Amino acid sequence: MSNPSPLFSTPLSTRQPAIDLQNVTKRFTTPSGSSYTAIRDLTLQVAPGEFCAIVGPTGCGKSTTLTLVSGLEHPSAGKVEVHGKQVIGITPGVGFMFQTDAVLPWKSVLDNVIMGPRFRGTDKVNAIASAKDWIRRVGLAGFEDRFPHQLSGGMRKRVALAQSLINEPAVLLMDEPFSALDVQTRAIMSNELLELWDVTRPAVIFVTHDLEEAIALADKVVVMTAGPGGTVKNTFHIDLPRPRVVQEIRFERRFVDLYQQIWEALRSEVDIAYSQSTHADMKAAS
Amino acid sequence: MTAAAPVTAVGTQEADIASAARLRLRHRRVTVFFSQIGLLIVLLGGWQLVVGADQLKIVLYGEPSGIFDQLVTWFRDGTAIGPLWQQIAATLEEALIGFVIGTALGIFSGITLGRIRFLAEVFSPYIKVLNSIPRIVLGSVFVLALGLGIESKILLVIVLVFFGVFFNAFQGVREVDRNFIANATILGASRWEVTWHVVLPSAFTWIVASLHVSFGFALIGAIVGEFLGGYQGLGELIKNAQGTFNANGVWAAMVILGVVALIAEFFITRLENRLLRWRPPQLSGPEL
Repeated sequence: MSNPSPLFSTPLSTRQPAIDLQNVTKRFTTPSGSSYTAIRDLTLQVAPGEFCAIVGPTGCGKSTTLTLVSGLEHPSAGKVEVHGKQVIGITPGVGFMFQTDAVLPWKSVLDNVIMGPRFRGTDKVNAIASAKDWIRRVGLAGFEDRFPHQLSGGMRKRVALAQSLINEPAVLLMDEPFSALDVQTRAIMSNELLELWDVTRPAVIFVTHDLEEAIALADKVVVMTAGPGGTVKNTFHIDLPRPRVVQEIRFERRFVDLYQQIWEALRSEVDIAYSQSTHADMKAAS
Repeated sequence: MTAAAPVTAVGTQEADIASAARLRLRHRRVTVFFSQIGLLIVLLGGWQLVVGADQLKIVLYGEPSGIFDQLVTWFRDGTAIGPLWQQIAATLEEALIGFVIGTALGIFSGITLGRIRFLAEVFSPYIKVLNSIPRIVLGSVFVLALGLGIESKILLVIVLVFFGVFFNAFQGVREVDRNFIANATILGASRWEVTWHVVLPSAFTWIVASLHVSFGFALIGAIVGEFLGGYQGLGELIKNAQGTFNANGVWAAMVILGVVALIAEFFITRLENRLLRWRPPQLSGPEL
């Protein structure tokens, strides 16, 4: 696959990150005219097939980072590229899992999963076949005709997972996808996520509050500073071997070491964010 | 042996609890039903007693037995302006045609303005002005412009139905969960596909709720249109009865209208359940 041109002397896969944010700043303007800086001067790269987790205190701009990569929002300054192409409009080849339920309650499981291929122009017969296959893969075979309200929270997350993965995204963005689930269901879902991720190996950005979850899942954990204007504080490489069993990996010595290191970096940011929010509360109260 | 005994005990207990709950539910339904009948008897009986045999009061207020007689006469012998079913059909035709057109226009305009912010901003003051005028007065304009036929009534019904549906559709679009739209967009939906698959179904909870009230407005529009000038219909029948000091006739027409409205309500509820069958059923909770 080597390219004769001197410009491309190294293979594309090592040259080009899947996700590339360079000195990105995002400012939101409120209707009253004042502006709020969600992230400031953030630089972050995720290689193809890499699982990157972002942790940080509330309000540090984790979710904003995801919306910039997906193309739902665009940066006020800096550069956002996916596969070497600047993000304009919705980024093609991206999957997004939301914190809250975003499967459509008025569509059955099958009709929800089928949406991606149908919107992308696949004919109905093929779309149904591939939707059924993905529903089976996330363990929901037999539930095709159910409406989301008839499913448990964990099952709805599986629908959302199938809905995103059916498009075979090269980039998967996840915004605290399992935070609404109970602890046990969450561990099971994390394991299944890793198994499904291993099949197509998209580049992942996984935003979470939970440091344990981040270390158990990711190749790389990024700690962000407290907002407003959050940015990358530190990056930690997680060298735990794969395949991993999420429920058990936390007992390993290396896991505990990593946890301590990253927590050291995260703690001060959490303290800053907490004192800011209590300040604001006290101001509002007085 | 020792293990089996408590299991059967628990089983019978559960059956007991379930049958007790069923019994309580049935008992409650029967009580409610008889209370409703009792209330009706008290109201109608009280009316009949107050009016008594006083001829003047009968002319002024009508009486339940007279209303019943009037209904029987109308059904058997027809009304002064033709067979009864013809009057009902005429009013229903005006109301239904206007209702369908008004609802369709309301949904279309509400969704369009809800989705296209620029249009909403341009049209907003005009809609506020149109909504603030007492639209029932437009009936006179329509009768003058379109004559005494069915068109003027249908137009009045459309005007009355439109705004309720429109405002609900518009609000419904505004209330759509942003995450649903973001999710569908990332899955590859175009703006039109987002409207069709996400916005419209979501807004329907609001739109369908407005249909109950709107059908009431449709009947009012048809009746008032007939009052203002026409040849037939229940409104004409009421005007006729009023002109001949027949209070019983006015009440009898009102009873018929009530029945029509209840039947329509039944069908709208069916439609509602069909369209919104994806919603979780209401669970019983503590009454607070």
